[in-house]
Amino acid sequence: MRKKAWCEAGTGYLLLSPTLFVLLLFIIGPILFAIFLAFHKVQLLGTTTFEFVGFDNFKRMTGDLRAKIALWNTVKYVVIVVPCQTMLALVLAATLNAGLKGQKFFRIVYFLPTLTSSAVLTLIFMWMYNQNGLINDLLQAVGLPTYNWLGDPKVALNAIMVMNIWSTAPFFMVIYLAALQDIPDSLYEAAELDGANAIQKFWYVTVPYLRPVTSFVVIMGLIGTFQLFDQSYIFSAGSGGPNNSTLTVVLLIYQYAFKTLGTMGYAAALAFALAIIILIATLVQRRFSKEESLY
Amino acid sequence: MKKKLGIGKAFLYVILVLYAIVTMIPFLWALSSSFKTLEEIVSGTISFIPKHFTFDNYKQIFIEQQLFPRWLFNSVIIAVTVTLLNLLFNSMAGYALARLQFPGKKPLFIIILAVLMIPAQVTMIPNYLILKQLGWLNSYQGMIVPTMINATFIFMMRQFFINFPKELEEAAALDGLSRIGTFFRIVLPLARPALAAQAIFVFMGSWNDFMRPLIILSDPELFTLPLGLNSFKGQYISYWNYIMAASMVFTLPVLVIYIFFNRYFIKGISFTGGK
Repeated sequence: MRKKAWCEAGTGYLLLSPTLFVLLLFIIGPILFAIFLAFHKVQLLGTTTFEFVGFDNFKRMTGDLRAKIALWNTVKYVVIVVPCQTMLALVLAATLNAGLKGQKFFRIVYFLPTLTSSAVLTLIFMWMYNQNGLINDLLQAVGLPTYNWLGDPKVALNAIMVMNIWSTAPFFMVIYLAALQDIPDSLYEAAELDGANAIQKFWYVTVPYLRPVTSFVVIMGLIGTFQLFDQSYIFSAGSGGPNNSTLTVVLLIYQYAFKTLGTMGYAAALAFALAIIILIATLVQRRFSKEESLY
Repeated sequence: MKKKLGIGKAFLYVILVLYAIVTMIPFLWALSSSFKTLEEIVSGTISFIPKHFTFDNYKQIFIEQQLFPRWLFNSVIIAVTVTLLNLLFNSMAGYALARLQFPGKKPLFIIILAVLMIPAQVTMIPNYLILKQLGWLNSYQGMIVPTMINATFIFMMRQFFINFPKELEEAAALDGLSRIGTFFRIVLPLARPALAAQAIFVFMGSWNDFMRPLIILSDPELFTLPLGLNSFKGQYISYWNYIMAASMVFTLPVLVIYIFFNRYFIKGISFTGGK
């Protein structure tokens, strides 16, 4: 019996050994290392040197104008993109779920942006956003003002927002679609007996029933949007421009870590600050959705 | 009553078709631009049908940038290896956490869940320094080893194996099969749906990853497609006909896979989506 337990434990560790290896070397080790880095000034020239600087890296954030701009841009992006993509996903899912013919075809089409790499999508959109590109032409055709989407600091971030709402909504749509199948028909039948129309059924049956899924979608959305990087990087060729308008927190971390000398420790401190912000945002969301569900 | 339903349906169809157009326009525009001449690109007229249909852009990009096939090769090697290793290792870990008893199991499971919450940016910088120390910058192993497990899918596999009927494994044990033998011969083949879902996500994640290669690959020979595409754009910034042709070359393989296997994609998301 004793031997069997040992044997089982051995098998367990054996099966877990690749996971433990990667976990220690590339996840837990780095987390501890990141804490160390956040309190040091790191020089990468020749041999890497570390100089202890206490809380300097954290104090530095308060006086860093670019960090403030990056945080402001990121928060603006999150606050607009998360609700928009969630609502769009829900509406699309509900429409697809209405049992119309050809819904499978539409589902396949809608899902396309989710598959395409962020690099390709960003390039396609940069081409469409070009000064005399497709989007401006279309705006002009319907009599709306045109913009220098790539070059005007006032609209550059909006251009990225539109692109990302378009490309991530279908992913969440599929999550909603799966959940919609679970809503019992009897709920809709009861609502119909009470004289509810289609919009009322959506609002009073579908939306409340999907609340836990919405909570999941919003949390996933928050985590994803706070980490915006690829699109900003490609859009601005790594600079966060024009005039810092597409600078996000992660892009700033990247620049401090790998593009300027001697600021890697500061970048590590910023990464922790971002992790804490994401954690707080998630907790606030949890709280919020719990309070809501009391009604 | 019947007429009202008809109007409602028509309205839904209008929404569906409009959004399908919104989804397709960027792809169609890119596709049509890739067949246009530079002159037509610069002239800025809206036409989805090229005036002088040409394949030159596709030929030209392979002449201008001879590394394209190499980037494709790199991406395939890395994404396929990462996917296979993830399938194996995540399943092994998930099975151990679901079925076996050993000291330290609970804390380990909690650690794996906690890791899910840590944003990649925190580990990105130390990871770079560790890979540098190992001499793994600019290498396949630097791209593969750190991503060969995934906490999300370990968790998913654990949930899957916990609901797996125990009787099968007990029968296999009675037949004298070892725990490891049972895992590989009985359990794993029956986990195919979960594995398919996982394979798709890991593959797409690795194939489309931009940040990791950006940080650890600086040698153009070793670039993956997204990174190569970005550098190509840097060189040919006003040649949108080339850039769109290159974008299309890299998108088509994934689209073809998707058209054949779209069922699994959709299933996969529902699988990870909180179930």
